[in-house]
Amino acid sequence: MPIQFPKKPGLVIYLTAGDPDLETTKQIAIAAIDAGADVLELGVPFSDPLADGPVIQRAMERAVGRGVRLTDVLTLCKAIRAERPKGGLILFSYLNPVLRMGMEPFCVAAKAAGADGVLLTDMIVEEASEYMAAMKKHGLAPVFLAAPTSPDDRLKAIAEHTEGFLYAISRTGITGVSSTLSDDASKLVQRIRQFTDKPIALGFGVSNAEHVRTVGEYADAAVIGSAIVAIIEKSTPQEAPAAVAEFVRGLRR
Amino acid sequence: MEHSIIDPVRTLGNGRFGAYGGRYVPETLMAALQELERAYAAVREDQAFQGELAALLKDYVGRPTPLYFAKRLSESLGGAKIYLKREDLLHTGAHKINNALGQALLARRMGKQRIIAETGAGQHGVATATVCALFGMECVIYMGEEDMRRQELNVYRMRLLGAEVRGVGAGSATLKDAINEAMRDWVTNVRTTFYILGSALGAHPYPTMVRDFHRVISREAKQQILEHEGKLPNAVIACVGGGSNAIGAFYEFIPEPNVRLIGVEAGGRGTALGEHAARFSGGLPGVLQGTYSYVLQNDAGQVATTHSVSAGLDYASVGPEHAMLHDQGRATYTSATDTEALDAVKVLSRTEGILPALESAHAVAEAIKQAPKLAKTDVILVNVSGRGDKDMGILAREMELKGAGA
Ligand SMILES: Cc1ncc(COP(=O)(O)O)c(C=O)c1O
Repeated sequence: MPIQFPKKPGLVIYLTAGDPDLETTKQIAIAAIDAGADVLELGVPFSDPLADGPVIQRAMERAVGRGVRLTDVLTLCKAIRAERPKGGLILFSYLNPVLRMGMEPFCVAAKAAGADGVLLTDMIVEEASEYMAAMKKHGLAPVFLAAPTSPDDRLKAIAEHTEGFLYAISRTGITGVSSTLSDDASKLVQRIRQFTDKPIALGFGVSNAEHVRTVGEYADAAVIGSAIVAIIEKSTPQEAPAAVAEFVRGLRR
Repeated sequence: MEHSIIDPVRTLGNGRFGAYGGRYVPETLMAALQELERAYAAVREDQAFQGELAALLKDYVGRPTPLYFAKRLSESLGGAKIYLKREDLLHTGAHKINNALGQALLARRMGKQRIIAETGAGQHGVATATVCALFGMECVIYMGEEDMRRQELNVYRMRLLGAEVRGVGAGSATLKDAINEAMRDWVTNVRTTFYILGSALGAHPYPTMVRDFHRVISREAKQQILEHEGKLPNAVIACVGGGSNAIGAFYEFIPEPNVRLIGVEAGGRGTALGEHAARFSGGLPGVLQGTYSYVLQNDAGQVATTHSVSAGLDYASVGPEHAMLHDQGRATYTSATDTEALDAVKVLSRTEGILPALESAHAVAEAIKQAPKLAKTDVILVNVSGRGDKDMGILAREMELKGAGA
């Protein structure tokens, strides 16, 4: 499935795979798609999530502690794809687990699992030639991030190389919920627009329906991560899918 | 910079050491890394900057450090002559200040008033807190809670110097976790903050810049050994945590094919993953904290926990230039166990009256193994990267110094 945002703003929902357990993540993913998520980001648990704030760090720590690994996330992706052929599915990872598997075997497996694309937090465009070649060969979309600190020449390169959508980071900082959206956010999206017509999804700190509405005024989609992971943290595994679905439905109301 | 024929950024290299190094960071940091790269490239050739650094290294830090012939140690081992490069005599007690001072001068040039750093053994934290006091800068140090416990004296020193020490409880609460937290701070405050990274690690330009600031160790040592012995040493030995003292001690000897370069990693208390920090025997190439190098990890690519009696060597990856030297066979990497390091502390203390840091003791332990195998005319140069005052708590416990014996 190509990544699409038919309704504005689109919704990209992040889940740390395997938190609280893989079966529950699958149920949450399906519930989120049914509630209106256009794209799911399946986060691969990693021991050293240096771009993440406390909420996602804790989720990763729990999942790593349970032994959840990249191959498990690929299996999960395949299971979700089997149930929901039309949902957008992105694998979200730090680079090292992917390197450990090998770039080429990873891309083969990601394609076979029905993933549409991949987002690597610590992969910048300059270092990405091997990665992009492997992704292209297997028809996968490499999603790149742009930051408020990125100068125009970098934004141009990022816009050129990203596929599926461009992930705009709303503020300098790590992932995590916040009460207000940074002023940096709309300025960044405007700057990116000079270089591309590809969809732009804004994330980091997007936490509620009001934020989503604001994001919809200038971007194509909103990425909601820590707010979802925090709901999962507070719910029992039985409650989590319905709790996430209700939250997702409320985001675009 | 536009007026220069040679682009200083290009002369700095691309941050690759063979296949290793590079830049694997969140995009938010890229502009800062590029700004740092340009600023560093400019001062690298700048007479005024280098002159100011040299003057402070001499008058404030105490360079040059002596190269001392350890006669009693050498005689007791009955082999090669052992020379000690005395980085332990530097202000603040370890080589770390060479780099902290260089980076702080650069931060001042760049107009950054807020400094952050990570620390393992606390020596880099103390060095950074010291130069921040010297220049009147704000200073925040990230340190694993386990390291705060075992290097408690350095925590007090940092606070006394006016730094804020922030404990990190994640993971095994050691150096790797402190670096994660420092990087999170940097991503958040990147516009105002300079990150003084403490070893030859991380994304470009750090491994090159940190190496350059420690290169003075081998520059002095090469000249000094020629004065003492009229020849180059057979081997240079240094301990390897992130690899900063080792790359500094090796660098000027790399073009000398007859000088063996030996890096000593932490063998800890066993060979199982999690029990040591011997990256070259137990690790595989991977990316951790911005750079591609050898990383201790499991088969899923999760970074392993590590163990060493010395906080400064207790880290899952290693500087990328060492990874290259390893693969080229130009340097060899061995390890010393906790016990061997503790024994080496005692041996050096009692033969020479020199109390080495537990990190440096790993290098001394290797010299103790090598010297008897060599001829009396052979020469070994050991970099004593720091002094052991900070380790007295650990030494008291481990060696049962509290009683009459030991
Ligand atoms: C005295 C001393 N030696 C060595 C090290 C290890 O660091 P590196 O390998 O960067 O020299 C440390 C780190 O804390 C240290 O304090």
